[in-house]
Amino acid sequence: MTELSRIRNFAIVAHIDHGKSTLADRLIEKCGGLDPREMTSQVLDSMDIERERGITIKAQTVRLRYTAKDGQDYVFNLIDTPGHVDFAYEVSRSLRACEGALLLVDATQGVEAQTLANAYQAIDADLEIVPVLNKIDLPAAEPERVKQQIEDIIGLDAKDALMISAKTGQGVDELLEAIVQRLPPPVGDREAPLQALVVDSWYDPYLGVVTLVRVKNGELKRGLKIRFMGTGAVHAIDRIGVFTPKPLQVDSLGPGEVGYITAGIKEIADARVGDTITDDRKPAPEPLPGFRPSQPVVFCGMYPTDAAEYDTLRDSLAKLRLNDSSFVFEPESSGALGLGFRCGFLGLLHLEIIQERLEREFGLDLVITAPSVVYRVHTTDGKVLELHNPSDYPDPTRIVKVEEPWIKATILVPDEFLGKVLELCQEKRGIQLELTYVGNRAMVVYRLPLNEVVFDFYDKLKSCTRGYASFDYQLDGYGESDLVKVDILVNGERVDSLSMIVHRSMAESRGRAVCEKLKDLIPRQMFQVAIQAAIGGRIIARETVKAFRKDVLAKCYGGDVTRKRKLLEKQKEGKKRMRQVGQVEIPQEAFLAALKMG
Amino acid sequence: MCTGPPVPAAAAPVLSRARRRPHMRAMAEPLALYVHWPFCRTKCPYCDFNSHVRPRIEQALWRRALLAELEHWIGRLDPRRLVSIFVGGGTPSLMDPATVEALIARAVAAWPPEGALEVTLEANPTSVEAGRFRAYRAAGVDRVSIGVQALDEAALRFLGREHSVADALAAVELAAAVFPRVSFDLIYARPGQSAAAWEAELGRALALGTGHLSLYELTIEEGTRFHAEVEAGRLRPLAEDEQALLFELTDAITAAAGLPAYEVSNHARPGEECRHNLVYWRYGEYVGIGPGAHGRVVVDGVRLATRTHRPPERWLAQVREAGHGLEAEEPLAPSTQAVEALMMGLRLREGVPLARLEALAGCPRDELVDARQRARLEEAGLLRPDPERLIATAAGRLRLDGILRALLR
Repeated sequence: MTELSRIRNFAIVAHIDHGKSTLADRLIEKCGGLDPREMTSQVLDSMDIERERGITIKAQTVRLRYTAKDGQDYVFNLIDTPGHVDFAYEVSRSLRACEGALLLVDATQGVEAQTLANAYQAIDADLEIVPVLNKIDLPAAEPERVKQQIEDIIGLDAKDALMISAKTGQGVDELLEAIVQRLPPPVGDREAPLQALVVDSWYDPYLGVVTLVRVKNGELKRGLKIRFMGTGAVHAIDRIGVFTPKPLQVDSLGPGEVGYITAGIKEIADARVGDTITDDRKPAPEPLPGFRPSQPVVFCGMYPTDAAEYDTLRDSLAKLRLNDSSFVFEPESSGALGLGFRCGFLGLLHLEIIQERLEREFGLDLVITAPSVVYRVHTTDGKVLELHNPSDYPDPTRIVKVEEPWIKATILVPDEFLGKVLELCQEKRGIQLELTYVGNRAMVVYRLPLNEVVFDFYDKLKSCTRGYASFDYQLDGYGESDLVKVDILVNGERVDSLSMIVHRSMAESRGRAVCEKLKDLIPRQMFQVAIQAAIGGRIIARETVKAFRKDVLAKCYGGDVTRKRKLLEKQKEGKKRMRQVGQVEIPQEAFLAALKMG
Repeated sequence: MCTGPPVPAAAAPVLSRARRRPHMRAMAEPLALYVHWPFCRTKCPYCDFNSHVRPRIEQALWRRALLAELEHWIGRLDPRRLVSIFVGGGTPSLMDPATVEALIARAVAAWPPEGALEVTLEANPTSVEAGRFRAYRAAGVDRVSIGVQALDEAALRFLGREHSVADALAAVELAAAVFPRVSFDLIYARPGQSAAAWEAELGRALALGTGHLSLYELTIEEGTRFHAEVEAGRLRPLAEDEQALLFELTDAITAAAGLPAYEVSNHARPGEECRHNLVYWRYGEYVGIGPGAHGRVVVDGVRLATRTHRPPERWLAQVREAGHGLEAEEPLAPSTQAVEALMMGLRLREGVPLARLEALAGCPRDELVDARQRARLEEAGLLRPDPERLIATAAGRLRLDGILRALLR
C-alpha cells in the first residue's frame, strides 16, 4: 500500500485525435511500465475497433512508478476515459476516480467541442486541471492562439500550459514533474468503512467479471466479503491487482489506490459502473454520490439478412452484453423483416460500434432499422408509455400528448460556416441558447430534439462545414412536441419497419423522400406497385412503380432449355433476398436505403 | 417445388448398344433431330449463338463426324418415329448439300417417319447461298428459314449482314419457287426504330407472302459486340415501353394479315407452324448433334438433358475418339422436367396442359404451381382462365418471365 501523498490519480481529457492515446503510451514508456518490445502503438486501446477508430470505448487504467526530481518514488494511476459523448456518464464516473486531469489540446487545431465538454466534466468533478498543448513540434502549431482560446472559451488559466509533443517525447519529462507538483494527492481514511467506486467492469472468459475500482476510504483485501450498494449483491474477493499495464496481483488496495478485483461475479450487470463497493459486515452508511444506471436513448431494430442467422444473432448479442451492460435488446418481429431484436444504445456511435462488432466478430449480415429515440406518450387513460418502437405508436385518438427527448448541443465552427450551421439547427427545430465568438471561431449552443440528431444531423453538419465543425451534446430532458407517426404503405399494406415518428412540419417531406427512394429502387413487377406515406388514414405522399410492360426473352435458342431454366432459377434465387410485403417484392437494397432515410 | 420419384444418378454417355425391337415399331415415340453447323463467314454483332469463323472448312471431315454422332444416337435409342429435322447454325447454307443429304438419308433409315417429315434448313440470303437452294431441295430439305433480319439497307449494315435488301427479296422469291415452305427472320425494336417504320417494314415482309415469319426483338446478349457498345454507352437499346409497343403492334399486324403469333416470336398461317420448333415448345424429345447442340431425350426411361462441346475443333476431336461430342448428359428430376415443360409451353398460344405437367412432375398441380398467383394472374388478364391448361394471353406472353417467377414454387 502506498502513502496517500505519493499517489497521483489523473485522467487525460481531450477532443478526438488530439493525441490522448499517444501521450498515454509515452507516459507508460517513460515510467517503464512496459519493455520497449512490448510497446505496441496505443497500448490502452485494446479492442480492434478502438484502435481503428482511435476512440476509447471502455475505461482503461494503468499504474505507473515515477521517481521524481526530489528523489521520491510516486505511484501514478492514469485513468483513460472514453472520449465520446455517448459515453458521457462513463466519463464522469472515471473522472470521479481522479484528483486531477491533463487537458490535452492539439496546438494546431485548438479547442474543439469535446475539449470543452470534457473540460467542463472535469471542472464539475472538482479536478485540478493542467492544460497541455500537444503537437508543438508541428510547423502549424499556434500555442499562443490556443492558450488564448483555453482562457477565453473554457475559462482556465493557460499561462503555465505545458508544451509537449507526445509523438517525439518533447516536454514529457516536464509533464511528469508537473503531475507531481501541480496535481493534488488523494485524501481518504484507511480506518473508515470501505467505500470503493466501480469505475468500469468487463467480462473476461477466464476470470469472470473483472471490476476496476478506486478506493476512497477503507481497504480492499483478498477474501473480504463485499457488497455492491446499488444492487445489494454480495461477493467474496478472490483476486486483487493493478495494471502496470500488465495485470499484477497485490494483497490489498488502500485509500487513493486504483486497481481491479474479481469476486466470482457472473454478470457485469452486477458490477455496474458508478456503484459503490463496501464491506458487507461493516458497511458504509452512504454510497458515494452520483450513481445512476445507464439509460439507452437510441433504439433500432436489428434483423439478420438471412433468417437462418436469427439464433446466431441472439447468441452474439448476449455475448456482447456480457461486456457492455449499457446496451439492451429484446426480441421483436416485423412483417417485412421477420424475427429480430429491438436494441437500445447510449447513442449513435454506440449503435455503430455494436453493429460493427456483430458484423466483424460474429460474421453477421444485418438489416438495421432507422434509429429512433424514446418518446413519452401520454394516453387518455392517464398512462405514460415509454415508446421504443414507432410501430407501437398508439392510435392518435388515444393520445393526449407526446414528449420527446431534447439535447443541449455545443458546436464550435469557423465563422465562415456559421451561417450554414445556424440554418441547419433552425431546420432541425433547434432553439438557440448561446452564440459567442472566440477569434475567428464561433461557439453556438442549441437546444435540439434528439430525434433530429439521430436522423442525419451529423452528416449534414459535416458536409455543410466541410468537416471543420466540432459537436458535442448532453441530454436535456423531455419536452412536448407536435409529433405524428408516418406509415409507409406498399400496395395498401403497412410496412411496419418503415414507420417513423416525426414532427408534423416535416412529415410530408420525410414521407415523400422515402416514397421517392423506394420508387427508384423497387424494380418493376408483374403488377403496379403503389407506395404511399400516410398519417393515420390520410395519404400525404404517393409514388407508383409501373408494372412490367415487357419481361420475356424474344428468342429461345433452339433446344437450349437449360440456359433459360438456369436464368429462371437465378431470378428465383434473387427473389429469396427480396423482402415480401404483401404481393410486392422489395429488394434488400431498397429496404436499407429507405431505412437509412427513415 | 414438388419432389417426384427419385432420379437415377448421371450416367456416362453409353456407346452404341444394339437394342432393336422391330415389333415395337407401332409404339415408337416421336423424335426430332437438330443438327448444328457452327460456321459463319462473319460474326454478326448481335449474335451469341455458337458460331465461328474459319478460313477453311473440310466438308468431308465434318460430314463424317456429324454422321458418326448421329450413329451414336441411333445406337442408343429404342425405335423412334422421326417427325422433323432442323439444320441450324451458324450458317447451314454454307454446308455441302451432300452432307445434308447424307444426314437426312441416315436419319430416315434409322427412324422411319410416319407421315410427312419436315426438314428445315437455315439459310442466308446472299446470292451465293441462294444458288444452292435447288441442291438442298434435291437433298430432301422441304423448308427454309432465311436470315433476312431487315428490309432496310441501313439496318442491314447496322446488323452486320452481308446481303442487301435486293438480295433478300430475290432469295425469298427464289426459295418460294424451290421449297414447299418458306419462313424468314426479322429483327425489330432496333435502336431508334419508330413504330411507323416497323409497321412499314413488316408490311413489306408480309407482302412477300410466306406462310411463316419469325419476328425477334433485338436482344442485347452478353459477350456480343452490341453488348460491349451498350456498356460503353455508344449504343442505346430501345426502352422497355417502346419495345412493348412494337411487340403489341407486331401481334396485331400479323394477326390481321392471317399469320397470328403461335409462339412469343413466331407467326404462321394456320397449319404452317414449324413442327420442329413445336417439339421443343411442347417439350417433346429431340436429339441434338453437332457442336454446342442441346437435346432432351428419354433413354431407358430417364429423360436426359444433353449438350455437346461448343468449340468446333474440340467437338470434332471427341467425335473422332469417342463417337460423340457430348460434354454432359444429366438426368432431369421430374420436377425439373415439369418446370422446363411449363417454361417452354407457356411460350405457345395454345399453352400447356396441366395434366402433362402433373405427369412429368409426378405430383398434383397445386404443388407445382402457386394457385393463388395463378388466380391473380388470371384476374389481371395475363393468364386465360382455363381449368385444364395454363395459357398466357397476348399480354401475358409479353411478360412471360415474370409469370413464371410468380407461378413456380
